[in-house]
Amino acid sequence: MAAEAAVGGRQPLPELGSVYWRPVVSDRTLRRSGRLWTLSAAAHTIPLLAAAVGLAVLNPITIPVGLILIVHAWVIPELYAARGAGVVRRRRSITSGPELVALGLLGDLVAHDARAFLGRSGLVIERGKLGVWLVAEAGALLVRPGARRVNCYCVRTTDPDLPPADRISHLLLALRADETGFATVANMAFSGAPWRLRRRLPPERREALAVAVREARTLRS
Amino acid sequence: MSRLIRMDETGHSTLAEWTAHDAASVEAAAAALREELDQGYFAVVSRGEGHAEQVRELPPDAPLVILRRPIAGG
Repeated sequence: MAAEAAVGGRQPLPELGSVYWRPVVSDRTLRRSGRLWTLSAAAHTIPLLAAAVGLAVLNPITIPVGLILIVHAWVIPELYAARGAGVVRRRRSITSGPELVALGLLGDLVAHDARAFLGRSGLVIERGKLGVWLVAEAGALLVRPGARRVNCYCVRTTDPDLPPADRISHLLLALRADETGFATVANMAFSGAPWRLRRRLPPERREALAVAVREARTLRS
Repeated sequence: MSRLIRMDETGHSTLAEWTAHDAASVEAAAAALREELDQGYFAVVSRGEGHAEQVRELPPDAPLVILRRPIAGG
């Protein structure tokens, strides 16, 4: 369970105590939850498509009803993907004093390439054991090794008054201190193929996802 | 000169500065750290790109100790 986690002798995230009932995330649990998300998407879609086809075969006059069912089958997975994309939505754009100070600290925490990436996309790219992370101010994306799946996590700092860059620093430091603990504390909002998420993202974040996908393809799945 | 900083609404604030061979400055920084931990902050030492470590006591050799608030699933 989460509260008992210790990662390779390192201190686990203290926040794990607040989600003690959750099993600690691992590569195996992520594979299993990914399969469950796929099954769930199929369970939402296939019955509607089958009903649409069945109705059309039984009586062609029901084709309009079948079309409505097909639209439902398309919309439901799209809504899930939109929820996933929402975790990296830019909350507010501030360039005042505190944000510049916070950006300076965040810039010190990442390497030169990642700093340029942050400037373009507003996200920090971080390679971890579970895959390639894109960290935003109130959430993170995890592109799994092989890049066939991306997980979207809703996670944030509990201080509402922090500048956006400090929010990213909070998440980045927690992720670096205990990656599996970070993924355990965070709430998964979506898991699916990167292309499903991509079209829901604004252009600069789409480009960031493409970079993370390229990097994740070099990791062994 | 090592620094203890706290991320806050100003971006960040420097709470203490110390050098490892100055015991008084180390003790003052350790006391400042304990006070912040009691307020609910967590202390993290950045160990270069990709690595960070949670700490409960001041590591005198660390160049930068950062205090952060807890995180939670949204």
